Formats: sequence, C-alpha cells, structure tokens
Amino acid sequence: MTQFLWGAFPYLALSVMGVGTLYRLVLRPVTWSAKSSEWLEKRWLRWGSLLFHWGLLFVIGGHVMGLLIPMAWYQAAGIPTEVYHLVADMIGGLAGLVTWLGSLILLVRRVGNRRVRANSSFADFLALGLLFVTITLGDMETIGYNNIVGPYEYRATVGPWARELLTLHVNPNLMVHVPIILQIHILFAFLVFAVSPFTRLVHVWSFPVRYPWRAPMQYRSRTRYLERRAARREDVPVTGTPETRRGD
Amino acid sequence: MKIKAQIAMVMNLDKCIGCHTCSVTCKNTWTNRPGTEYMWFNNVETRPGPGYPQAWEDQDHYRGGWMLNRQGQLELRSGNALSRLANIFYNPDLPTVDDYYEPWTYDYENLIHSPHRKHQPVARPRSLLTGKRMDKPVWGPNWDDDLAGGKEIAPRDPNLRGIEDQVAFAYEQAFMMYLPRICEHCLNPSCVAACPSGAMYKRDEDGIVLVDQEACRGWRFCMTACPYKKVYFNWNTHKAEKCNFCFPRIESGLPTVCSETCVGRIRYLGPVFYDADRVKEAAAVTDVRELYPSQLSVFLNPHDPEVIHAAREAGISEAWIEGAQQSPVYKMAVEWGVALPLHPEYRTLPMVWYVPPLSPMVNLLQNEAELSAQGYITTVDEMRIPVSYLASILTAGDESVIRKVLLRLVAMRVSMRSKQLHGPIDDVLLQEAGITQVQVEEMARLFGVAKYAERFVIPTGNRNGDRNLAYTQGACSLEEIAPPEGVLPPVQRDK
Repeated sequence: MTQFLWGAFPYLALSVMGVGTLYRLVLRPVTWSAKSSEWLEKRWLRWGSLLFHWGLLFVIGGHVMGLLIPMAWYQAAGIPTEVYHLVADMIGGLAGLVTWLGSLILLVRRVGNRRVRANSSFADFLALGLLFVTITLGDMETIGYNNIVGPYEYRATVGPWARELLTLHVNPNLMVHVPIILQIHILFAFLVFAVSPFTRLVHVWSFPVRYPWRAPMQYRSRTRYLERRAARREDVPVTGTPETRRGD
Repeated sequence: MKIKAQIAMVMNLDKCIGCHTCSVTCKNTWTNRPGTEYMWFNNVETRPGPGYPQAWEDQDHYRGGWMLNRQGQLELRSGNALSRLANIFYNPDLPTVDDYYEPWTYDYENLIHSPHRKHQPVARPRSLLTGKRMDKPVWGPNWDDDLAGGKEIAPRDPNLRGIEDQVAFAYEQAFMMYLPRICEHCLNPSCVAACPSGAMYKRDEDGIVLVDQEACRGWRFCMTACPYKKVYFNWNTHKAEKCNFCFPRIESGLPTVCSETCVGRIRYLGPVFYDADRVKEAAAVTDVRELYPSQLSVFLNPHDPEVIHAAREAGISEAWIEGAQQSPVYKMAVEWGVALPLHPEYRTLPMVWYVPPLSPMVNLLQNEAELSAQGYITTVDEMRIPVSYLASILTAGDESVIRKVLLRLVAMRVSMRSKQLHGPIDDVLLQEAGITQVQVEEMARLFGVAKYAERFVIPTGNRNGDRNLAYTQGACSLEEIAPPEGVLPPVQRDK
C-alpha cells in the first residue's frame, strides 16, 4: 500500500496530468479557456476570486519554500527551526486562511447563484470541490496540527520525498510516519493534478506571461495563416482530387 | 509607407428607417447558437437612448478605448499591460449580462399542448441562462425602440451630458434618429492590443478584426477594451466572439449580410488604402477634435501613382487597386467629406463611418418655394436633431464639421431639386458648402439611385495561398465543417 500511495500514485497522477494537458492543448484547443463566470455574476466573484487566487499564489510560494528548498540550506543560512516554523505558521497560515475563505465564497457562489449553477459542468464542481477539500486539509495541518500537537518537521520527510519524486528516485518509506491529515492532503493534491487537464484548471498554463512584451497590434495574413495551418495538420492536401490524396 | 488595404463601410443615417432587418439577418447568420442569444453583432439603436449595452458610451464606467497617458503616449483606458494583468483574477470594468439583457424565450409549447380551458393559454417568458421562468423581463433588445420609455429612459444617453438644456422630450420637440452599429474594424483596435493571448488580430489583406477561437483563453480584456462594446462573451464556449464582417462573403466579393439585406440601402462597402506606419501617430494627436482630420490623413489616395506603385510592391492585386479607386467609402469619407467616424475620441480610428441624418425639413421650411439659397444656410442650425448632439457622437464635439456636412447634404438636395424644377441655382449655397456641381451630382447618384455594384465595391480575396481549390469548391466556406473525405456523390449516399 505504501508503495502504491507514495510510489506509484503520484507518478500516475502526474502522468495523467501531463498527457491529458498535451492532449487537450493539441487536439482540443477550442475548449481551452479560463471559463470565467464573471459575466454572469461579479459581486461575489470579486471577493471569492481575488482572495482565492492571490492567496493561492502565496500558498504555492510557501510550498516551494517548504518542499523544494532542502532543510540544510536553511540551516546553512542560519535560520533556526523555531523561527522557520513561526514564520511558516504565521504567513503560511494567513495565506492558507485567505485561500480557504476565497474558495469557500466561490463554492457557495457556484452552488447558490442560480445563473452560475445552471452554467456549471460536473468538471467545475469537481475541480472546485477537490481544491476546497485540499485547502481545508492543508489549513487543518498548518493551523490546527502545528499549533495543537506541535510543529511537524515536514522538511525532514515530505520535503525529501517530494524532491526525490521529482528526480525520479522516490522513496515511499519517507511518508509512512507523516501525520494522517498531511497524508490525505497530499493525496488530494495529486488528485487535483490528475483531474486538472479535464477541468477549467488548465487556465493556469495559459497565464499570459509574454503579453507585456508583445507588440500591441497583431496583424495576420490570411494566406500565410492557412499555409501554416495546412502544414501543421496536413489534412488538407495541396492539390489533386480525392483519389490522389494521401492518407486514406 | 506601409500600405495596407481595408474593406470599410459607410452608413447613410439619413436613410435608415430603423427596421432592424440588418440585425435579424445578422443574427440568423451568426448568433443563433446557445451562448450567443444576447449577442447582436449588428444592432440598431434609437438615439437619444442608452444603447446596447446600456450606456456603452460612458467610458468613465466601462473604460474602453485609448487615452493619452501623462507622458502623452497612447495607453488603453483600462490601464497599461501590467496593471491589467494584476486585474486578471477580477476585471472591475467588465460588463455583466444585465448590462446587455438576460436572454429569454417563451413557453410556446403551452399554446399548443394546453388542455381546454376557460381562458386562452399564454406563453410565459423563460430565461435562456438558467432555464427558469422569468417573472417579467426588465430589459431586452431595443427595449427603448422609437423612444419607448421616453423621458424615463432616453435621458440616460451619455451623449446628452452637457447639452441637457438643448434637448427636450416634450412630444412636439422630441427628436430621434437610428444608429445601426457593427464592429468598427478599427485601424487601431484596442481589443487587439488588450488581448493577452494574442488571439485577436487584424487581417493584412482586408483589415477585418477577428478572434482566433483556438487561441482565445477567455480572459475578457477585449470586452473591456472595446469602447463600442462590440466584443461579446459566449457563455457557452467561454470565449470572445464578435462581428467578423461576414469574412467568407467578403472574400468571395459579396457584401456583408447586414449590407445585403438593408431595406433602406443605407450601407456602402469599399476598399480603402491606408498607411499602417502612420496609424499610431494619427491616434495620438493631443486634441480629440483633431482625431477626425488625422484619421483622414492616414488614408492614401488610390489615384496617386506613388500609392499605386507602393500597393503593387506590397502585393496588392490590380483588382484591389481598381476597387479602391471606385470605392464609395473613399468618395464619401475622403473626397466629399460627408461621412464621419463614430466617436473618434476613442482613438481607435474606426472604419465604419456615418453620414449624419438630415432631420425632416418639411416642417421647418414652410416657404421653401420662395426661399433663397442663403435662407437654407441658417436652417442647418435650426434642425430638429441638435448639431451638438450629432457632434457628440460623430466628431468629438466639433460642431463646425457637422454643420459643414449637413450643409453639403442640404446643398445637394436643393441643387438637385432646382435642377429638376427651374434650371441650375446660383452658386452661393454650393460655395458655402464647399462642393462643386459635379460632386453634387455624383453624390446624388451614389446616395439616391446607385445600384448594387456601385454601392458594394468588393474585390475578391487573394486565393493564391489556398490549398486544393478544386476540392473546397462547393463545400461550406467555413473551414473544418466540410468533412475531410469530401461530400459523397448522391448515388453513393443512397447505398
């Protein structure tokens, strides 16, 4: 079981995410959208979306700091364990709470607002529901467990596990004694990764980073566009009748 | 000089009867799908009135179009690139469905399937957004048609700001006009500049502004940036859609559906050459009243040998050069100066231009038989539609331009009338209007009796790069819809 949960399942989830995302990007580009519902309702969205997204950016930053940066680096920089956990507890807890509140508002809005609910698909509820559960578990760990039971040194277990996962040398045994809340949180997070290509979450990958440097006016030639597209797809032959066409 | 061609449109508001045929045929062609019910790529507004979406001209609210920033450079009114990206999670300036209207249908089945009852069955409204019954629709397409709602609704027109004292809504003094609107296919489109995904573009060949549906990610910056509110959000596909100037028809040399079906024949289509290198400079002049003349200066004279040479160098075909020379749009907008851009102060350099309406003169001119030419000149200022109102819509408030255009239209009428009745008139009116007798007669022909081929000068699209024309002939002009194996001959299909 340990082997599957902490050895196979994460790779399975990441593979589904990778293959699924590529599939959708290449073969279903027309469905790729941020799927905004602001046009239907914007008073609740204002609070929900802003709290959720900005909170999540800080949360992601915190995960990078906690998981990808080895504990040795902090020690080399002379940051004591107590200070690290205090900062992680305060800032991480605050960001987690903000994100949780945002996702709660979004969830209530999606269920409660008639227009938004009527225009929500199963995938929308799934994505938001899984995120909400994941965030709730994460907050329970950061705010609850750390303050009630005491700070958990995940930098000694989950951190190395995550890094070794990414370098394809996973050691499932590192995860055995991790608190159960944190374990479920991690499993749900991988579930989110796995379903992401089939939901609106793909919009993460299209954040327009290049936009500020782009020329404001975009011209396209119809002729050149058709040529490029035909070269890419090769389903419209250059010349000839149906009999002389390749491929069928 | 970087010469580009554009198919542009002129609408003669004097002849628009507000029948909405353009809107309906456009809708039947392009926006009769789920998610597009509320979209009107073409709509006809009664002015004064709030328009569609409501008060779209209020840029303090919607923040569309361009403005000059503190350094005097062009910047989108909705902010620079970084500040808009910071608003990507929530766009404070985005209109919502209620600014347009909640689309609805009626329970028509009830009329047929209702059991026998004492009272007639009714078809109650049902929302197309939620599928639920609506108690009563509160706003809809052309809710304020023909000044319906009168004093309650019409004063919400943003153009009335500052001229309230000149506008009366008492029945005897009320005025109205129709304003058909489509996408302006601007030379300096703010929607294209705003699109973070690079999905919106202006076509090199004909200037049509389109949304690449495969590249659109639904960030909706274009909706905010377009000051005319002519980019819409499809709530079904979650992507932007807009008037595409009926590009498959234009490519084949046919007019847009709205032009083709216009009952009043108010629409004119033709190519115009412009200098793409000068667009930015022309859109950045300091005084908004200079934007109309500066846009005119971007257009290139298709009779100028230098321009013709440059067009050939740029790969523009002879058919397009000829088309530009015969273009009714070039004549009306540039040669005669009687067509004006819609809200030039938005700095987008729009390419659908309008001939302002000449309010009914019959009541005003009781003694037309004895009226001297000089007498007509003063009547322009006393017309029912205030010059200041037209100026607010078409010239960024410059009344002298409106007065000049109206005078030209009056001069054309008077001149042609007296020619029919008692020979040519004295030249005072023509001189005052700044046009010649020859121009007047050309104008009268194009405005009054011009046939299809004169109103629509549309050279066909360049097909050199297309693949397998023999195959696509007879197939649907919308790529992708034709099956890759082609259409089966009838005999095979029967088997």
